[in-house]
Amino acid sequence: MKNIKEELKKRILVLDGAMGTMLQRHKFTEADFRGDRFKDFEHPLQGNNDLLSLTQPEAIAEVHAKYFEAGADIVETNTFSGTTIGMADYHLEDVVYELNYESAKIAKKVADEFTIKEPEKPRFVAGSIGPTNRTASMSPDVNDPGFRAITFDELRIAYKEQVEALVDGGVDILLVETVFDTLNAKAALFAIEEVKDERNIDVPIMVSGTITDASGRTLSGQTAEAFLVSISHIPLLSVGFNCALGADQLLPYVKRLSEQSSFYVSAHPNAGLPNHFGEYDQTAEEMQELVRTYLDENVVNIIGGCCGTTPEHIKLIADLAKEYEPRKVVVGC
Amino acid sequence: MAENEQSTTNNQQRATNNQKQLKLSGLEPLVVTSDSNFINIGERTNVTGSRRFLRLIKEENYDEALEVARAQVEGGAQIIDVNMDEGMLDGVNAMTTFLNLIAAEPDIARVPVMIDSSKWEIIEAGLKVVQGKGVVNSISLKEGEEEFIHRAKQIKRYGAAVIVMAFDEDGQADSYERRIEICKRSYDVLVETVKFPPQDIIFDPNIFPVATGMEEHRQNAVDFFRATQWIRENLPHAHVSGGVSNVSFSFRGNNTVREAMNAAFLYHGIKHGMTMGIVNPEMLEVYDEIPKDLLEYVEDVLLDRRDDATERLLDFAETVKNNGKSDEKKVLEWRSGELQERITHSLVKGVLEFIEDDAEEARQSVEKPIEVIEVFLMNGMNVVGDLFGSGKMFLPQVVKSARVMKKAVAYLLPFIEAEKTDDSRSAGKILMATVKGDVHDIGKNIVSVVLSCNNYEIVDLGVMVPPEKIIQTAKDEQVDVIGLSGLITPSLDEMVYLAKELEKLGLSIPVMIGGATTSRAHTAVKIAPEYSKTVVHVNDASRAVNVAGSLINPKLKEDYGIALRAEYDKLREGFLNRSRQKNFLSIEQARANKLSLDWDEYTPSKPDFIGVKQVEIELEDLREYLDWTPFFRSWELHGKYPAILTDKVVGEQASKLFAEATDMLNRIIDEKWLTAKGILGIFPANQVDDDDIQLYDEDGAELNKFLTLRQQSQKTKGAPNIALADFIAPKDSGKQDYMGAFCVTTGFGVDEISDQYIKDLDDYNSIMIKALADRLAEAFAEYLHEKVRKDIWGYASDEKLTNAELIKESYKGIRPAPGYPACPDHLEKKVIWEVLDVENEIGVKLTEGIAMWPASSVSGYYFAHPKSRYFGLGKIKKDQVEDYAKRRNISIEEATKWLNPNIAD
Repeated sequence: MKNIKEELKKRILVLDGAMGTMLQRHKFTEADFRGDRFKDFEHPLQGNNDLLSLTQPEAIAEVHAKYFEAGADIVETNTFSGTTIGMADYHLEDVVYELNYESAKIAKKVADEFTIKEPEKPRFVAGSIGPTNRTASMSPDVNDPGFRAITFDELRIAYKEQVEALVDGGVDILLVETVFDTLNAKAALFAIEEVKDERNIDVPIMVSGTITDASGRTLSGQTAEAFLVSISHIPLLSVGFNCALGADQLLPYVKRLSEQSSFYVSAHPNAGLPNHFGEYDQTAEEMQELVRTYLDENVVNIIGGCCGTTPEHIKLIADLAKEYEPRKVVVGC
Repeated sequence: MAENEQSTTNNQQRATNNQKQLKLSGLEPLVVTSDSNFINIGERTNVTGSRRFLRLIKEENYDEALEVARAQVEGGAQIIDVNMDEGMLDGVNAMTTFLNLIAAEPDIARVPVMIDSSKWEIIEAGLKVVQGKGVVNSISLKEGEEEFIHRAKQIKRYGAAVIVMAFDEDGQADSYERRIEICKRSYDVLVETVKFPPQDIIFDPNIFPVATGMEEHRQNAVDFFRATQWIRENLPHAHVSGGVSNVSFSFRGNNTVREAMNAAFLYHGIKHGMTMGIVNPEMLEVYDEIPKDLLEYVEDVLLDRRDDATERLLDFAETVKNNGKSDEKKVLEWRSGELQERITHSLVKGVLEFIEDDAEEARQSVEKPIEVIEVFLMNGMNVVGDLFGSGKMFLPQVVKSARVMKKAVAYLLPFIEAEKTDDSRSAGKILMATVKGDVHDIGKNIVSVVLSCNNYEIVDLGVMVPPEKIIQTAKDEQVDVIGLSGLITPSLDEMVYLAKELEKLGLSIPVMIGGATTSRAHTAVKIAPEYSKTVVHVNDASRAVNVAGSLINPKLKEDYGIALRAEYDKLREGFLNRSRQKNFLSIEQARANKLSLDWDEYTPSKPDFIGVKQVEIELEDLREYLDWTPFFRSWELHGKYPAILTDKVVGEQASKLFAEATDMLNRIIDEKWLTAKGILGIFPANQVDDDDIQLYDEDGAELNKFLTLRQQSQKTKGAPNIALADFIAPKDSGKQDYMGAFCVTTGFGVDEISDQYIKDLDDYNSIMIKALADRLAEAFAEYLHEKVRKDIWGYASDEKLTNAELIKESYKGIRPAPGYPACPDHLEKKVIWEVLDVENEIGVKLTEGIAMWPASSVSGYYFAHPKSRYFGLGKIKKDQVEDYAKRRNISIEEATKWLNPNIAD
């Protein structure tokens, strides 16, 4: 297996685009989500995209393959909500390990096939670790600001189970992403460090935060710089931003990371902002032009897409990335 | 080629240096670079160091505890130390709760937290709730290397820097050798075994008291300095911190010496490489301002320069204990300084005496008189601005500085006029006005003064300014910003109206909103949507300068406007979502759930007096009824009187302000500047139709009706939906009940005196007189209420309460005022005016907006029922507004206009 750090020295790596957008095209029904295995399950399961790794594995593998074909170097596992916390909404806490393990296996299998075909362009799998739907440093109840719906320890335990399964399933990288509350991310990083320590292994870690709006802060109120400081205690492969904003609005914050960080820098913006119907209508060509600025300014090492991006978007981004040198960094000790 | 290599090396070097900087974060980053100034760690949120904070935490009064934290950050603390180590406290719980609450306060949470405890479980609890990178205070080798390593590993994994005490298995380091031995060993274990980033290690090599009289303590400071220097030279990237005031512990009670010693210690500590420390800014003299003789004695002790250093300092300390004499000496000393130094000193200290002489001297030294302002005075004001900005000066001091500045400018003006040079460059022109119908202007004047000290040109339109005049002036004068102020609730709607007008006319001048009833939420929800240009709420004077700067600066204003708009949009959405979730009852349902008092069991107390009468009183008699706490609040000094006088942060300022206020109060009373006039009435009354109170004359003929409003939000089970009428016996109970009304004023004469001060360019005293008159009016209301309870009505003739109990409202019965939470309906004032014939009797008028003039007046009702209490009406629904309009016999539009702030969307 080629080392991702070696590849990052040579070129800009391309991350895949949205999984959800691609799955929507299948218009899966409740029965499709359940498959054979959950056909008698007592709760509704439609909308649980992570579960499709178990019930519609071919569809997931197909999405990964499309992104690799488009030129992605890294695909993310279909595990964005794959913790006991995220699965509690569907009463599926019990399948969390299996779900992450199988998702990793599916992605890894597709990646290996592409690497064999094109050994000079090895492909990687990043285990996607989402933020969960709870915040550890904010109260959901405005009248009770001291209340927390989730604690650090609950998050740490849930993340640890996800991390162990992803690692067992063979992911090359762990990607803590869409961080809107830095304390959640710190719990995930704590769990990863515990697993690394217990198993005496090293897994490269990517962290990607989310700037929620034009205030330039995370949902939990941190500036881009404060976010960077708060996660830099862990030796990371890369730090970046994704989601919430389109490439143009995200750029100033990515630039700040680029100036301040000694880690590699990643960005996977949305295909613009959603329209009134919640759909993303920025075309691949439009997004390509916006991403060009990132490359002209030499601020990223890893570039990809988030909500609303498709293999078409990733193809144009990958075509463009080939023409540019990666951002130079002095990698941390 | 060689050049390229060189530049690559440089880049790498820079990046490496960047990596080895100590970086902390709250919501914002704090990076300690080699050119950073000393980092000031706030020490008030520490139960072991602050009795007040301990009490607040024990009482679970977290609101005030948060204010302590906020005051520290506003006062310039760059990190706040939080300590919950007290035997009677559940430390884990207290730490978790307090840090969680801090996380919800962006203006506190912007700085990193220092989690301070001697108990590991409390430290770990703290680490689990901070999203930023804080500092653990502390760990040490005290419990052995294994435990030390374990804790350091955990801290690293949680993501925090750490303070390491010079302490090991054998005890605390008390010599230079032991200090460096333990620090070196700790460093090696941390860096080599734990792989702890060396820049995240902060040593505390123990600051111990000096001048204790013990021979072995003589070297305490010197050893600390030497150890500090050794650490900085031999343990790469590590930092040094310490609790500074410990060093002067022997001089408790002698602040002159303590402050000098702390300052001198800090000066030498920093010189030897100390990067941060826990410092009480109130217990610190400016090193350069320590009198030379005192400094010599103090440094003799600190640096252990003489065998008899301690004795000499102790002797000298006796002479500075009562420092009246040395002050006089100081005066002469500073007068012999350079011209700029003298001018700066006058401005910083607010000394009026010499400023004209100095301005004249300065004028003769420059080509154009304007340069005196641009150079000498502005240099001085910049010092004031920096000190204020960094929390080293407080508002009353800044207002005094402004007085000195104005006096100097007034002196120079004729010379400048004569020269007819170009316009003096101002930072921008700001229109300030209290909106139509409102007469309150203390806050507005403070903001104006602070802005004008910062070189803004102020166009002050005064009070009760109609919107047309504001807009016309804004256009004619081409102002850069419009500042609107208001204290009473109808003013909020005036501001909304003005925003609409600006929009209609297509103007693009940014608007600043301020005043006691205004809020960020109101601004975001009600005002901002009406005006497509920038609207910003400014809650205190110190922020006004930054805000005005951001609104005017061509480089900033666009981004600032966009950011503000986004912030307010978000706030508004959140607010609307929240209020939508609240459930309301219909007015019928609310009435069905009214407060039912047991009228059968209750016999209303028949008043000793029925009818209307005037009350006169000497101001002297009001003195003991004064509630000083709101007085300090009007000066933006927060804290309860009298504790505020000894508060560690604002105490000195509060005491000074208090002394000056007392002086003026004495003059007001002795020289009869103001007269107190009051009127009250007591009437037979019954509740009718649930929400109204019918008044009768002695013969039972119907007089006016008071209309009250009823709470409509859904209550928890068993809790009633209250209206004030519930405190009066219903007509059908068959019992004759009573109620009263009153109006008091101490405001006649205030405007004249205040105007005179303004003419004399003395804003400080013009604000002071208004603030005191307001307090006297409140005191009069308190006095009259007591008199009513005990004599005039006499329902509580046996009552014996102290002033403190009065302020806590421990008496029976209430005196709610129209325009306040229990009855936000200002129109009720008109009814009181009719019933008591207030204007003819004592001359207090109602303005268009139904504010009282003179402003220092109080009016309200009296309710005697022992179960009557103050409450907040909260939001009401349209059905009640319609019902109210019918009862009041006005249109729904008019009713909506008056009740608007209370109507749920």
